[in-house]
Amino acid sequence: MIDFGFGLARSSAVELDKVDLSLYKELERLEPGIRKCIACGSCSATCTAGPWSGMSVRKLILNLQRGKDVSGMLSACMLCGKCSIVCPRGINTRQLILSLCRIYDNK
Amino acid sequence: MDNKKILIIGGGPAGLEAARQLLRLGWEPVIVEKTEQIGGHLSRWYKLFPDMMPASELLEQLTAGLEGAKVYLKTRVAYMNRLKDGYSIMLSNGTGIQCRAVLIASGFSLFDASKKEEYGYGVYDRVITNADLEAWFAGASDSRIPEHPRRIAFVHCVGSRDLKAGNSQCSKVCCMTAIKQAIEMKERFPDSGIWCFYMDLRLFGKKYEDFYINAQKDYGVHFVRGRVSEVSEAIDGSLVVKAEDTLAGTPVKLNADLLVLMAGMLCNADTATLARMVRSEVDSDGFLRSRDNIYRINESRRPGVFYAGACTGTKTIPETMAEARAAALDIHNYLCGND
Ligand SMILES: Cc1cc2nc3c(=O)[nH]c(=O)nc-3n(C[C@H](O)[C@H](O)[C@H](O)COP(=O)(O)OP(=O)(O)OC[C@H]3O[C@@H](n4cnc5c(N)ncnc54)[C@H](O)[C@@H]3O)c2cc1C
Ligand code: SF4
Ligand code: SF4
Ligand code: SF4
Repeated sequence: MIDFGFGLARSSAVELDKVDLSLYKELERLEPGIRKCIACGSCSATCTAGPWSGMSVRKLILNLQRGKDVSGMLSACMLCGKCSIVCPRGINTRQLILSLCRIYDNK
Repeated sequence: MDNKKILIIGGGPAGLEAARQLLRLGWEPVIVEKTEQIGGHLSRWYKLFPDMMPASELLEQLTAGLEGAKVYLKTRVAYMNRLKDGYSIMLSNGTGIQCRAVLIASGFSLFDASKKEEYGYGVYDRVITNADLEAWFAGASDSRIPEHPRRIAFVHCVGSRDLKAGNSQCSKVCCMTAIKQAIEMKERFPDSGIWCFYMDLRLFGKKYEDFYINAQKDYGVHFVRGRVSEVSEAIDGSLVVKAEDTLAGTPVKLNADLLVLMAGMLCNADTATLARMVRSEVDSDGFLRSRDNIYRINESRRPGVFYAGACTGTKTIPETMAEARAAALDIHNYLCGND
């Protein structure tokens, strides 16, 4: 291939039908409640770790649904469970984080 | 004037239910319907939210109560004159009617989805509307719907909440219709993936939010917050749907083999003509203007002219039914002089 000295920038567009959902699907099997998320952000707003670390359960779920790796976020979580208390859809978010850690551990 | 006739313009759910009630109160309703059949939009739907009652069942119940009412099909009001204590009306079929009260139940029109050119309705092969999908559920054939759709996208707010389309209001029924239809499609095609592209989900009614939870939990319908900006056709005939995932702040694309547009509810195009005929007013949203929107929704500003159903704004069927009954009672009280 000829090197022109420049290339095409990669598109940031996410192709919804092509994303790799294997991680999300694996978590969904363990924690079916994840499907009920309405992205309200209560979990992120209440999270003590959030403002300092970028931890956000809302973003975590959305990123999983878009096929992205979220392992970087998990280490900031203190497993305090405040996010589970506020979730209006009754998702056990703390349990969800634990299950996700287990999936990552087994990899 | 001491006849018992009451003119009802429009034979949709509002007109039929009002007629049924007026008959029971001892009056003689005359329904004037411009199309060749009664039922209005109800005759085009398959199953009704929130109970998934077959639309045909409701229509049967409504028509069963009509014995004794005069129904003119393929007929319109040609002109109407105000008399001292009522109206003198000439129908397009040459029939003359004199009555003291008129009920306008002329309903709504569905937004013409081809006006949103960026979605390609009428241009691309795999783009249909909510109404087309209802017709297909009810048994009509539709070559635009693939035999085994793999990916189906629903576009909310088509022609609603859209100043450029000349329609700023929310059509109210289409978020719920999209979720209902997404579930119905998933039941027919369990292996398909379904995406709903929405700006806001407006699920205000009894059991509506439950539908949403079930669509997520039991049917795995995906919800993407972002308005579809454009649709193009790929070389294999499939559609490339573009939007922004506003929750993630990233552009998204979906390759779909069926696109369903949630066309909104607009005022019926005849509304202005009817308003002029009875010398009442059209509101800023194009629908008929009620005396007020809290206490006297069924009343116009003209004596003896009443409204029911979607002619005054977007309505669900239970709302339409309640208004039709209220209008029947208002008319009864007006004619009996119980003010
Ligand atoms: C896609 C879609 C799906 C829906 N599904 C549901 C559902 O599942 N559940 C629910 O609760 N609601 C649903 N709705 C809402 C429902 O269709 C309306 O609430 C209902 O049809 C309103 O009844 P109406 O009698 O006021 O008007 P219409 O149904 O519009 O009937 C009006 C009638 O008047 C006639 N007419 C109009 N102008 C004249 C004239 N000048 N002279 C003579 N006749 C005239 C028309 O031909 C028509 O027959 C849905 C709406 C849409 C768009
Ligand atoms: S459990 Fe983790 S994510 Fe949830 S509030 Fe506590 S620190 Fe934040
Ligand atoms: S609180 Fe619950 S529903 Fe809201 S974003 Fe967090 S996980 Fe989702
Ligand atoms: S009901 Fe939903 S889809 Fe319909 S106009 Fe309102 S927000 Fe849009």
